Amino acid sequence: MPHVLRMIAQRLALGLVTLFVVSIIIFLGTELLPGDFAQQMLGQAATPETVAALRERLGLNDPMLVRYVDWLTDILRGDFGVSLANGQPVADLIGRRLVNTLSLALYAAAISVPLSLALGILAALFRNTLFDRFVNASALTSISFPEFFVAYILIFLFAGAGGMFPSMASLRGDPGLGEYLHRAFLPALTLTLVTTAYMMRMTRAAIINLLASPYIEMARLKGISPMRIILRHALPNALAPIINVIALNLAYLITGVVVVEVVFVYPGLGQLIVDSVTARDMPVVQGVALLFAGAYVLLNLTADVLATLSNPRLMHRR
Amino acid sequence: MGFLTGVVILAVVVAVALAAGWLFRAMMVAILPAGAGRTLRTAPPAAGFGMLVILLYILVALFAPLIAPFGEREIVGPEFLPWGDTHLLGTDNLGRDMLSRLVYAARNTIGIAFVTTALAFLIGSVLGILAALTGGWLDQLLARAVDVLMAIPALIFALLLLTIVGTSIVNMILVIALIDSTRVFRLARAVSMNIVVMDYMEAARLRGEGTWHLIVREILPNAMAPLVAEFGLRFCFVFLTISALSFLGLGIQPPTADWGAMVRDTATLISFGDVTPLLPAGAIALLTVSVNFVVDWQLHRASGLKE
Amino acid sequence: MSEKGGRLLEIRGLWIEGQADEDWVPIVKGVDLTLDRGEVLGLIGESGAGKSTIGLAAMGYARDGCRISGGEILFDGIDLRAASEATRRSLRGRRIAYVAQSAAASFNPAHRLIAQYAEGPVRHGVMSAAEAESDAVDLYARMRLPDPESIGFRYPHQVSGGQLQRAMTAMAMACRPDLIIFDEPTTALDVTTQIEVLSAIRDIVDRFDTAAIYITHDLAVVAQMADRIKVLLRGEEVEEADTRTMLATPSEDYTRSLWAVRSFARAEQPPARDATAVLSVEGVTAGYDRLDVLRDVSFDIHARRTVAVVGESGSGKSTTARVITGLLPPRMGEVRFEGTPLPPGYRGRSRDQLRQIQMIYQMADTALNPKLRIRDLIGRPAQMYLGLRGKRLEERVRDLLSLIELEPDAHIDRLPSELSGGQKQRIGIARALAAEPRFIICDEVTSALDQLVAEGILRLLDKLQGEFDLAYMFITHDLATVRAIADEVVVMKEGRVVEQGPKADMFQPPHHPYTELLLSSVPEMDPDWLTDLLERREAGGAGAGAAGT
Repeated sequence: MPHVLRMIAQRLALGLVTLFVVSIIIFLGTELLPGDFAQQMLGQAATPETVAALRERLGLNDPMLVRYVDWLTDILRGDFGVSLANGQPVADLIGRRLVNTLSLALYAAAISVPLSLALGILAALFRNTLFDRFVNASALTSISFPEFFVAYILIFLFAGAGGMFPSMASLRGDPGLGEYLHRAFLPALTLTLVTTAYMMRMTRAAIINLLASPYIEMARLKGISPMRIILRHALPNALAPIINVIALNLAYLITGVVVVEVVFVYPGLGQLIVDSVTARDMPVVQGVALLFAGAYVLLNLTADVLATLSNPRLMHRR
Repeated sequence: MGFLTGVVILAVVVAVALAAGWLFRAMMVAILPAGAGRTLRTAPPAAGFGMLVILLYILVALFAPLIAPFGEREIVGPEFLPWGDTHLLGTDNLGRDMLSRLVYAARNTIGIAFVTTALAFLIGSVLGILAALTGGWLDQLLARAVDVLMAIPALIFALLLLTIVGTSIVNMILVIALIDSTRVFRLARAVSMNIVVMDYMEAARLRGEGTWHLIVREILPNAMAPLVAEFGLRFCFVFLTISALSFLGLGIQPPTADWGAMVRDTATLISFGDVTPLLPAGAIALLTVSVNFVVDWQLHRASGLKE
Repeated sequence: MSEKGGRLLEIRGLWIEGQADEDWVPIVKGVDLTLDRGEVLGLIGESGAGKSTIGLAAMGYARDGCRISGGEILFDGIDLRAASEATRRSLRGRRIAYVAQSAAASFNPAHRLIAQYAEGPVRHGVMSAAEAESDAVDLYARMRLPDPESIGFRYPHQVSGGQLQRAMTAMAMACRPDLIIFDEPTTALDVTTQIEVLSAIRDIVDRFDTAAIYITHDLAVVAQMADRIKVLLRGEEVEEADTRTMLATPSEDYTRSLWAVRSFARAEQPPARDATAVLSVEGVTAGYDRLDVLRDVSFDIHARRTVAVVGESGSGKSTTARVITGLLPPRMGEVRFEGTPLPPGYRGRSRDQLRQIQMIYQMADTALNPKLRIRDLIGRPAQMYLGLRGKRLEERVRDLLSLIELEPDAHIDRLPSELSGGQKQRIGIARALAAEPRFIICDEVTSALDQLVAEGILRLLDKLQGEFDLAYMFITHDLATVRAIADEVVVMKEGRVVEQGPKADMFQPPHHPYTELLLSSVPEMDPDWLTDLLERREAGGAGAGAAGT
């Protein structure tokens, strides 16, 4: 057991180091930005004196290292700076939208994870049958589609004149849960279609990969039923790759929503970052990117740890 | 009723596509020399269809000026004309001919995606193979650096870098190539790692072969199959990323015709039940589906041969 | 129902086909087989004989890519081909069980041994889980596994290969089946471990009066286990007889040729101690990380002489080869070539020094780049070291192909995948020869090959040695090979040389206890050999007994 704990501690440390390096890259973004930060904040009309005063107040004259440390400590305290576009604190801009993005991701994940596991296992069980081929071809097709294509097809089908669902997922007026699920249905469905395909294919492949193993043949020769062979003999050994692909897709659900949010005008972080990139509003882009990277690292870390725990070779040493 | 007709139409489309794929394969088998023909014969109709579509796209991209009825940036009429005789697919939000722009966009979007993928491959596979071959500190350094870069989600990283360097076609190519080369690096390194431990590599090293010989004669021929398949997958990924960026208004900039941007420009029509915005989106989807079908067949073949 | 002598299994005219590309080709061609209750039948043949396929067919099972296309399989009156899948499944594991070649790969890594033991009986409704677990402990004890009470609660990777093989036999016995198929159960094991597994299997099969089909390519092994032997060749029966008759008077030429393989022995070479040794290993200590794999290893190899380095897995034979080739620089000691010390790492050696030491590998499959043609595989060393180009290079490649007895025109443009296993190994030899070396390391070069093919390789190596004054270092675990080809023997155990000297001395007592154990563990053709050996060990030296665990 201590061995596993040490491995997990190592992974955690590696995750922290990664986040640290990522923060440096993101911080350097501001440094590399052409033009003067204070000048940009105040606009072209500002006098040289006010610009200089602002530079002093923002600490822009300090050495880079000092500014990095200041920036990082501010962020750790929850202060992401001020938007260049509208002067609002970045933390305020992010707050509500973060919740929206997470809820949408949760909504989609709640459908897609169980669905893809079930489909993947069934496809592996009935491999090379018509069912398998149909599911596989559909999955390959929906992976290949750009998200906005899927999104617009869904709008075309379900949100036209007299459609069942709204094409604009506005959250105005603080909708209740039922109303939220209805309004966010189409964006969630888009995300579900894309991620389910990925996870289903990987689940199927991970299981089928193992079906050629001698221990699976052994189970067959012990007279074990096909369903039990998949669930008890193949699945436990396929957990690591499956956990990884689920984590990857959950990460994608949080970070890859950008396009979907834009199509459905959903007030999440994706919308925010696209607007900020267009406006070159660096503090906002930095804040959102850091959040996304954090979520990403955290998810991958969790997957890593879970995959370790699912491996008896690592859990029970000789 | 509507649903039923939808299913029937879908089934007919799929059947026609598979039949076309089958015919195309039969034709190619007849034309090509025996060796290539034998390989092709194992292709399922879906892969045949994929190859046919890819060929058509390449032809359209190459001969765009001959095919397109109007110029790429030419304003030929009022905005949002419906489909008609002169403008088969109507006009866009600025009154440019939709069909012509679709044709020109094939050239722009595919060309840019191809260049980007090729660049990502050049960087990623060279470094990946080299890392696996030399091992030691170089390998560790590159692998760790790639780990960190991959810890930032691709699209967000692209957005961040594009904010820094500004949105232009060259910048976009460089940024996406850089981000994608990390993925290629991982694969090339993993594949090469499996080759490097083979006895024939040991034999070649003990013979006193230099790095260049080891890479070109011993590793590359054996790493080719997975790398080619990966090229297909990467191309799809790059292509989708570029389209997404363009759709968001951060990629290929107007007035250059591009499918992603065209979807964005005509998006409002969708609420009026007009399918026009689905055409450029469908053009993207059709190409990526086709490439994926071909790659899927190749991967299946490679794994089948191993058994 | 279980009186001895009743017919248990009857296979008539069995045809099995396998998929090759798009076509189905026959693997088993009309084989008949009968087995009575409590009887053990040995199935013997080289690779491709179809023995495993037949064994699985006795369970009504065909691997993916195979299909049973003709004939009848009657198990205790039940027609397995006509029966439903559910019926077959209810028989498998309950009345017919299977023991696979590689226990390490055939136990599910995700579950404890005892859970895998209990799965069959519980699923078939023979016992409750608790009953099955206490039964498991009983059978583990019968299989003479250490700590039978607790070993079942380990995961497969926590148990050694020989123990896993015994645990798998116990698992097969769980439902007390009428028939067990043993598919090369000891092939992957070292000789000293093999004995323990063989005797445990034999005892338990006797104890429960279980019928068995014992599949192997090793005649001496099957002679210990089987009442009757059936010899197979390319999916067809060659002959069948009871064990003693078969060993004493085989009636077919093919069977006799199988018997004869072990009689190959090379002419004794005169000791050539006059000159300096071609290669000397002097006081080498080497290892990975902080672990020493080799400790103070020394031996000499002279021209035209073959030194066999013998030992079980983990003894350090292959590590010695890595030190000599320079892949693993030693911590202490050195390697000398014709009296001159070689730089420790291969990168530091000159092209000529690299040329003089060549290597032939165990697995020709991984030793030849699958994407290069024979022309380039053999031609490259000649081009590199001897500067041959164009027409002269082509001539040299053709000469080499003739030397290894492959027709040049037919083979020069082939890929390795278009050759048989023995032919690939010959290409490996030609590649080593192309460098015109003085010294060749042969690393288990025959252990992946069938006996007849292996013999051809040994004869070829012997011929070439005489022709080119070569010195060989022969790494092997197979003492029959040592007897056939070695002049001198180096016995290794746990990284040390335990004994070395001329072959004649080594095979004569008195031996070092470990050499004695190794020698006595090699199965012999005599059907009473195992029984006698166990009795001798029981009665005799504690040394041999203790080293056996």
